Amino acid sequence: MPVYSASAGGETYRFGSLARLMAAATPRRSGDELAGIAAASEGERVAARYALADLPLAEFLNEALVPYETDEVTRLILDSHDRRAFAPVAAMTVGDLRDWLLSEAADTAALARLAPGLTPEMAAAVSKLMRNQDLVGVARKIEVVSRFRTTLGLKGRIATRLQPNHPADDLAGIAVAVLDGLLQGTGDAVIGINPASDSIANCTGILEALDRLRQDFAMPMQSCVLTHVTNTIKIIEAGGPVDLPFQSIAGTEAANAGFGVDLAVLAEANDAARSLKRGTVGDNVMYFETGQGAPLSADAHHGVDQQTLEARAYGVARAYDPFLVNTVVGFIGPEYLYDGKQVIRAALEDHFCGKLLGLPMGVDVCYTNHVEADQDDMDTLMTLLAAAGVNFVICVPGADDVMLSYQTLAFEDAAWLRRVFGLRPAPEFEDWLAAMDLGPARQALPDLSGLAGRMGIPA
Amino acid sequence: MTNEIGSFAGRLRALTPARVRLDPRGGAAPLSAVLDFQASHARARDAIRQPVDWAAVKAGLGDRPLLELESRAPDRDTYLRRPDLGRRLSPESLARVPQAKPDLAVVIADGLSGFAVAHHAAAMVAALEAALPETDLGPVALVRQGRVAIGDEIAQAMGAPLCLMLIGERPGLSVSDSLGAYLTWAPRIGTPDSARNCVSNIHGKGGLSHRAAAELIAYLAGRAREIGATGVALKDERGQAALPSAE
Repeated sequence: MPVYSASAGGETYRFGSLARLMAAATPRRSGDELAGIAAASEGERVAARYALADLPLAEFLNEALVPYETDEVTRLILDSHDRRAFAPVAAMTVGDLRDWLLSEAADTAALARLAPGLTPEMAAAVSKLMRNQDLVGVARKIEVVSRFRTTLGLKGRIATRLQPNHPADDLAGIAVAVLDGLLQGTGDAVIGINPASDSIANCTGILEALDRLRQDFAMPMQSCVLTHVTNTIKIIEAGGPVDLPFQSIAGTEAANAGFGVDLAVLAEANDAARSLKRGTVGDNVMYFETGQGAPLSADAHHGVDQQTLEARAYGVARAYDPFLVNTVVGFIGPEYLYDGKQVIRAALEDHFCGKLLGLPMGVDVCYTNHVEADQDDMDTLMTLLAAAGVNFVICVPGADDVMLSYQTLAFEDAAWLRRVFGLRPAPEFEDWLAAMDLGPARQALPDLSGLAGRMGIPA
Repeated sequence: MTNEIGSFAGRLRALTPARVRLDPRGGAAPLSAVLDFQASHARARDAIRQPVDWAAVKAGLGDRPLLELESRAPDRDTYLRRPDLGRRLSPESLARVPQAKPDLAVVIADGLSGFAVAHHAAAMVAALEAALPETDLGPVALVRQGRVAIGDEIAQAMGAPLCLMLIGERPGLSVSDSLGAYLTWAPRIGTPDSARNCVSNIHGKGGLSHRAAAELIAYLAGRAREIGATGVALKDERGQAALPSAE
């Protein structure tokens, strides 16, 4: 096993493996400290970055951070690596790649061509050498477009997941939250519900209600009930109206096993949903959520830092050409990301790495009550992400998710981002909003009781 | 007209606990909503950060034998960053746990809500005694900076076959004083969470009452002794045998 070393501040540091080097080079975060793999000092952290800057990118094709023999994610990453796409950067170090990404030569087309040539580990490595403004600036140049009934990811646009969760899955309560979101122009990425009960009957009932709403209003939208992918496969087999199968995924085979999935079952869900041909403008169907720290919490991290493992989850996601991917960055808790500073940094890393690898990346701009963060941190993060060109964000009534007990963005926040940055909704949804007189150019105030009546809300 | 819309929106709002606004005018959130959110967040943060009023908890527990213990997490910041330290007793605390051999070891830990422990823990112990009149509960352990799994080490040291952990749950914006109860058969260091039964949402804002929670815990404790297990093998099947057949 090669040994890596570098000097900083007159002291020489040695790193016993590539995984140790990657962990030491990572900006400080509580999850790597909990795993006992973080840099022991700020001096060691910078020394690791010097060593990483000089590391040839090709090293990541020879040194697997998680063993090839025992991990199907590693096999997927290395077996699907596109050497032709890699060729333009094959002679570069990680530091060279950073410089090239920031250069004018790395334009939207060049970055799109490069994506299949980069492994998740390469993306993670270069991100560790980038400041927050670099992560924003490069991500902004990348355009990843996905399509189902709406078109997401086009430059100059930002989409939203409308998340109308209810603690008891009450359909009238869900409908009221949907109405609240539509009044503010949200829902173009997906109307997606985290069910309180995972029973097949309950999930099917919610899907049917959302599908009726879509048809009654001729709304170009897609719905999703975020239940386990094996449940969704059963719902599809029973004839339920499934647009997008959802699944939480992670960057190691063992962590995915903790989620009760493997690559084969994800492929099965992808094939099943595509076979329904329910999309009107495209056939991207999978919806994945990820988040730094999941492998460590499942004791399945192999001594690899949480940000690198997160990038490997994107290596899993891109095998299925998904419609939506988002990191639930602040949900996991302070033992992985301690405060607003760590959450913001992690979100920018996740968005950058996902986009660089070719994913239609969104972010759940969020935190729990035991994280040192508040809505001011979320304002900062959503502003940075809008500057970075994030495909979509997640919104709930009043920023307070009453089912999952965490805070994310409010519908007003999405409207604010669109106003301040001049960003528009997905084109099909924008046209629908205009036709419903719900768009920015509306002639009259929306008729609340009329809309509620058409939605069948008993009030 | 405004009143009509206002009362209609009010009826819609009553259909969900979510912070729906339903204002057709859109625009920035009103200050009243912003401050209400901040007040709820402040309550949740204080529930996490403010130490449990242990004197009040002890007073509520009356003359029952008590055991005051500490985890290996010396302060709140360390506790939040290092869940592993909150799962283990400090060596000094471990040395003070007596081999009391109770039928059921009862442990109260602050967890993530001091308010939950202050509001509900003593009353839960009293309700449990009423629901389990034949069961020796031994000394009640009070743990500072504790996580669920620290009960395993305490019950193991006591020589108890069953452990009940009463612990403050992570506060949400709507409820900041929710208590959770975790029942573990054959508790020992390293017991996986899948081997526990959880009775959650014990609180006074539409949650489980002390009596209902104690009755469920008593039922689960009885079944745990019968089958020699807690966790995925043990389900709440009360009353199901009495349900009429669907056929």
